[in-house]
Amino acid sequence: RPTIDRELLESLPNLKVIGNSGVGVDHLDLKMISNFGVKVTNTPHAVVDSTADIGMALMLASARRLVEGCQIAVSPDTKHFAVDWLGVEVTRATLGIIGMGSIGYKVAQRARAFNMRILYHNRNRRRKEEEEAVGAHYCEKWEDLLQQSDFVMLVVNLTPETHKLIGKKELGLMKPTATLINISRGAVIDQDALVEALQNKVIRAAALDVTYPEPLPRAHPLLKLNNVIITPHIGTATVQAIHMMAEEAIANMLAVLNGQRAPSEV
Amino acid sequence: MEGQELPYVLIDCIGGKHGVYEDHVGFLEKHFHLITMKEYLENKEFLSKKIRAIYMWYNKPVTNEELLQGLPNLKIVASSGVGIDHLDLKLFSRYGVKVSNTPFAVSTDTADLGMALMLASSRRLVEGYQMAVSPDTEYFPADWLGAEVSGATLGIVGMGTIGYKVAQRARAFEMKILYHNRNQRKKEEESAVGATYCKKIDDLLQQSDFVLLCVNLTPQTHKLIGKRELGLMKPTATLINISRGLVVDQDALVEALQNEVIKAAALDVTYPEPLPRDHPLLKLKNVIITPHIGSATKSTRRLMMENMIESIQAGLAGRPVPNEISL
Repeated sequence: RPTIDRELLESLPNLKVIGNSGVGVDHLDLKMISNFGVKVTNTPHAVVDSTADIGMALMLASARRLVEGCQIAVSPDTKHFAVDWLGVEVTRATLGIIGMGSIGYKVAQRARAFNMRILYHNRNRRRKEEEEAVGAHYCEKWEDLLQQSDFVMLVVNLTPETHKLIGKKELGLMKPTATLINISRGAVIDQDALVEALQNKVIRAAALDVTYPEPLPRAHPLLKLNNVIITPHIGTATVQAIHMMAEEAIANMLAVLNGQRAPSEV
Repeated sequence: MEGQELPYVLIDCIGGKHGVYEDHVGFLEKHFHLITMKEYLENKEFLSKKIRAIYMWYNKPVTNEELLQGLPNLKIVASSGVGIDHLDLKLFSRYGVKVSNTPFAVSTDTADLGMALMLASSRRLVEGYQMAVSPDTEYFPADWLGAEVSGATLGIVGMGTIGYKVAQRARAFEMKILYHNRNQRKKEEESAVGATYCKKIDDLLQQSDFVLLCVNLTPQTHKLIGKRELGLMKPTATLINISRGLVVDQDALVEALQNEVIKAAALDVTYPEPLPRDHPLLKLKNVIITPHIGSATKSTRRLMMENMIESIQAGLAGRPVPNEISL
């Protein structure tokens, strides 16, 4: 917000730049804005750490059934803790990162410390040194990544190419013991296919910081499945990230207004 | 010797909420003749001399002096998990019974859970989830914020195997790592994880954004964190406990959380477990509690079982016992 539509652009003849906070620009009609001669900037650097952290938080919470566990710990009906109540391991499991940009790479750095085996798929392969630094193996065919991963994490941006990237076929390729984690955009997943896959135990679980729409309608099946964690798009919801986004947006906007090249022009 | 029977090993029960896992029984019975407490009590005369080991799964069977007196040929008790605070080691020593635990099997899962709790608490994951699924939610507020883990300061109290694994993980989040331990670790070990030793726990408490308790429970660590220690922590700090409930003075913790002396707590362990249903800790918004799941994964529990089998076999054969606990 504010929503950028044709009416608004027509009423602001001296508008030079729109400084978007956050990295996603899928909500902006870039062609239309460009036709008005207005530049758009985003804040790709400010969001990286906090979003990578949320990806790790969701993976750990889902694997160890943290939310369910909290519910048991506080439930009025709990009389004792069952010893056969189990989650799955994160350490030494295989993590498949789809989208190895700045955020995906930081996820890989964190996951490596958990001795995870890291596979990744990206439009372009990263340099050898970058791969070696995090112990990541490139999967040219992403079917390979889907078939081998215990955790599949989506870290792409939303473009026409990545819309419904993960659908029935992709979910079917995943292990039945695997978890899907989404920290990119809801529309990267075919949500109906996801519901079906979760209900039929085609995959084990999902952890989503993003959905389509946000929030989901209150009757949506995703809200009722007990193998789903949803968080309210809090990938950048930290005091530090908000601060850094404001600083980055300001720096970008000032650069444009001063006739210089903005560091993060879209 | 031909036709030698398998050693008789006492267990509490199979299945149910606290028994030996049904899918472990097959493997156990390759090595042992398992006798449940029920079978033992029904046939004490015959079985009391046959039982040579106890497989103590999640603190059961409770092994007191009465039981020891009834088992004259008992050589070893293998206890699951790393905690030994439930064992009267002096008693076992008097009866000449060896005791073992499973410290290494649990270490990575427990470290992982420590990280999970730190991240969940800091980013308000449980609250966020509740908002995401609540029937009353119409939109997600833009001013709803948590605090960052990356780049923050983590103070690890107890830098044993588990504490060190936490440090290895936290380092990848570019955290500044302080630690307090009975003894300082070797320089190479410190450098490998970028950890700085705090000889006085006060220094650690005053500087940390997250204080993580990784000590074992002993008379020295009982109520290690009380009103004074909580008061030394930053008002923006979070206390995380993956050790034992009794390491924290729980009443002092409640008071500190209610008065915003510290920001939040995340506890995998409490005293008792579970807490009474009307306990104030269950009602505080800034507390996450998990039901003692530090080692609760299928593979770790299987590894624990394998370790216990090894310890029992060594104990019965008179060989050095892996993971033996000495007094």
